[in-house]
Amino acid sequence: MNTTPDLEVREGVDRETVETVANMGSYKYGWDTEIEMEYAPKGLSEDIVRLISQKNEEPEWMTEWRLAAYRRWVTMAEPKWAMLNYPEIDFQEQYYYARPKSMEVKPKSLDEVDPKLLATYEKLGIPLKEQMILAGVEGAEDTPADARKVAVDAVFDSVSVGTTFKDELKKAGVIFCSISEAIREYPDLVKKYLGSVVPPTDNFYATLNSAVFSDGSFVYIPPGVTCPMELSTYFRINAENTGQFERTLIIADRGSYVSYLEGCTAPKRDTAQLHAAVVEIVILEDAEVKYSTVQNWFPGDEEGKGGIYNFVTKRADCREARAKVMWTQVETGSAITWKYPSCILRGEESSGEFYSIAIANNMQQADTGTKMIHLGKNTRSRIVSKGISAGKAQNTYRGLVSMHPRATNSRNYTQCDSLLIGDKCGAHTVPYIEVKNTSSRVEHEATTSKVDDEQLFYCRQRGMDEEQAVAVIVNGFVRDVLQALPMEFAMEAQSLVAISLEGSVG
Amino acid sequence: MADAALKSRPADAGGADALTARLSALDLPKGGFTAPARAAALARLKDMGLPKPRDEYWRYTDPAAFNAPSPQPLPIAGAGPDSPLFEDLDRLRLVFVDGVFDADASDDLALDGIEIGTLAASEADPGHWAADLYGTLEAESHKRVARPFAALNTAAAGDGVLIRVTGKPSRPVHLIHRRRDEAADVCYHHVIRVEPGAEMTLLETGMTGARSSFVLEVDVADQARFHLISAKRAGHQKLGWGGIFARVGAEALFKSFALSVNGTMMRYETVVDMVGDDAVAHVAAAVLGDGNRGDFHHDDTVFITHAAERGESRQVFKKVLKNGAKGIFQGKILVRPGAQKTDGYQISQALLLDEDSQFLGKPELEIYADDVQCSHGSTTGAIDETALFYLRSRGVPRDRAIVLMVLSFLADALAEVDDETLREQISDRLDAWLTRHA
Repeated sequence: MNTTPDLEVREGVDRETVETVANMGSYKYGWDTEIEMEYAPKGLSEDIVRLISQKNEEPEWMTEWRLAAYRRWVTMAEPKWAMLNYPEIDFQEQYYYARPKSMEVKPKSLDEVDPKLLATYEKLGIPLKEQMILAGVEGAEDTPADARKVAVDAVFDSVSVGTTFKDELKKAGVIFCSISEAIREYPDLVKKYLGSVVPPTDNFYATLNSAVFSDGSFVYIPPGVTCPMELSTYFRINAENTGQFERTLIIADRGSYVSYLEGCTAPKRDTAQLHAAVVEIVILEDAEVKYSTVQNWFPGDEEGKGGIYNFVTKRADCREARAKVMWTQVETGSAITWKYPSCILRGEESSGEFYSIAIANNMQQADTGTKMIHLGKNTRSRIVSKGISAGKAQNTYRGLVSMHPRATNSRNYTQCDSLLIGDKCGAHTVPYIEVKNTSSRVEHEATTSKVDDEQLFYCRQRGMDEEQAVAVIVNGFVRDVLQALPMEFAMEAQSLVAISLEGSVG
Repeated sequence: MADAALKSRPADAGGADALTARLSALDLPKGGFTAPARAAALARLKDMGLPKPRDEYWRYTDPAAFNAPSPQPLPIAGAGPDSPLFEDLDRLRLVFVDGVFDADASDDLALDGIEIGTLAASEADPGHWAADLYGTLEAESHKRVARPFAALNTAAAGDGVLIRVTGKPSRPVHLIHRRRDEAADVCYHHVIRVEPGAEMTLLETGMTGARSSFVLEVDVADQARFHLISAKRAGHQKLGWGGIFARVGAEALFKSFALSVNGTMMRYETVVDMVGDDAVAHVAAAVLGDGNRGDFHHDDTVFITHAAERGESRQVFKKVLKNGAKGIFQGKILVRPGAQKTDGYQISQALLLDEDSQFLGKPELEIYADDVQCSHGSTTGAIDETALFYLRSRGVPRDRAIVLMVLSFLADALAEVDDETLREQISDRLDAWLTRHA
């Protein structure tokens, strides 16, 4: 990470780009933490669902909610419409609950925290001060926090390890905690909103998640409050053969604002691992939520061995007038990605935006996109999707823009571009456009092309080798989306773009 | 509304029982040289079954009207206000009445550079050149998507033209359809082979059947050129399914333009396989739908496969919809591995003239080669009020201004008709229709 390139940084070439190109390596987060874990028995049954509920010390209504979802799930069939090929998943060969033994009793001081857990965060690059809090040490919040103010909820396999800056957030009235804690502490809010955007019957993976979700984050921003710092959840899958099923619920009350970041990594393993998350966002009048994801799950090795199967349901409901949501995603990891962050534009003049970079290299397969469902008058949406395929990867944009009869005077603009690097990969576009009123305008544009030879020649002539040149061009290709990311994420994303494409040229 | 329709349908809509009922209403011909192809098509059909309302490929069009054993009788209307298209053109006319060739009403079939026969009359010839083409391209088309009505057509077609082009005939061939039986459930199948270097233009007009099914199989050999201009009349209450299956060789050209006006339920599937290097395929349509209380439904489903290098494909679809009309476009460009330097373009646009009309689209790209240029665009919207205001401020009456704007909207599709005379005739026809429906 520290090697300085011998390259001179020339005009028009981002220093960061050159550095990341020089530092390109394989998956950086592929190590695992050897830590004593406590598992629920392998497989899935009503008993396992009850066990998860009990481990989270949930009230009766929650257990019943899960069981109803489970009973529904048993009757459902896995969706097969995506352009994804993967071996049959044996849902009984997974562990549905795993937590570090040391988390059974919450540690009171740094000495009590399992050093291995501590080292995990250090290695993932999370600052020590924050790390103290992350590791669940009570009292660490009082340490004056310096410049970087991002509150973090860290989820390690099935449990939330800790949430930082809780007190400071509380002063602003913001609730930021793990969902298991929210179920215990704020049952009214959870009861009111959980499953109101993604109902437990929504789809195969969302229903599975509803039955077995173990942890995740809960956010409530009260009316008129601009969240004083960015909120973030960091998901780490560590245990083998363990699925991670987190559930995130964000409620932005009237006139509030929050920017939320999500990051994820997992160790390198030979067997594929399942990740099926649900994110629900409720946005009320005049409120705004910005949700950014950098998804960097282990993508599997070059031969397609291992990797995370990522089946995610993310949906935001702009429930009232002028509500606004912005999804930004950088999808570089996972062997299989099945993910369509969606916007329900119910409130008048509400707006939804979706910015996506999806990169698939080697044997990765991604089928991702969004749904913009315009229900209210004068609603606006914008989709910018950039897909990059390299190696033998398949990358599909799949999206829906639907203008309902009542969504008069609404607008959508969609731009989806695909870039192919190499002749063994595939890039596909499957948009659905449904316009049911006259006064709305829908525009859709898509292009597919390869890295432009002239641009490549120009960069080569400036002294870059082919891989560096491709990285520079790709960075330009995805620029529209990178600009929509919060600063820190944009940096990380930019490096990821380069890393993910490593080895794809020549 | 749609849900209620779904619920009222029998549980196995499109299932085995529906197919049995559909087939028993037909008098399947044994066929002569087509017998093996017909038997194979029937087997394919039984294997895939009729489409079900939940099938992804029938996402926007309910196949029930095509699945039904027989259509509702449809009164035969008079000639209508428009004079028949291409009347003053020097062409070879073939008249089909309810899908059956009428020799007495047609011209003499002899023409230099082209061999014209009809399916029913040629069946008995065991060595007929069409024997290895009939049903072949149709069969190929099922590899990616099941197309039950295409297989049904191959099995059940009663007549159609068999054309082999060996030179450059001096006149276009004009297929004219007429109706006689109000309840006719018409099924015809054309087979055309354009030999290397040969050229032909095929015109098709008129109206056929209360319900119709046609298949056109075209094999365009290397350096050959085929141009289809179809302007079939539909009228309200008409049900129609059609499939065009084309194979385009090296440096060959396939062009098709369809003008569609009205029709209760129309579904056209165009499948083009570009198998030779430097092939060109253009598929275009101008569709006008006056919903007349919401019973206009027009579905264009296109699948273009680039299987060779340097191919150029264009899909240009323009739909003008009013009074609850529903326009569908499902277009796909598939670029196979190795089909480098492909240039694929697709545009689908809808102009909605009132609040009740709908446009539903699924423009797809599936690409497995890297050195390609493929793009698609789709827009849906109403008449641009600013442009309308501009025209009106120049003294153009509102209704006329709208007609002019609609015509300019359709211009890109019309431009796909190379012949200027033909293009002008079609444009005049559109103008007249629009003026009457203003």
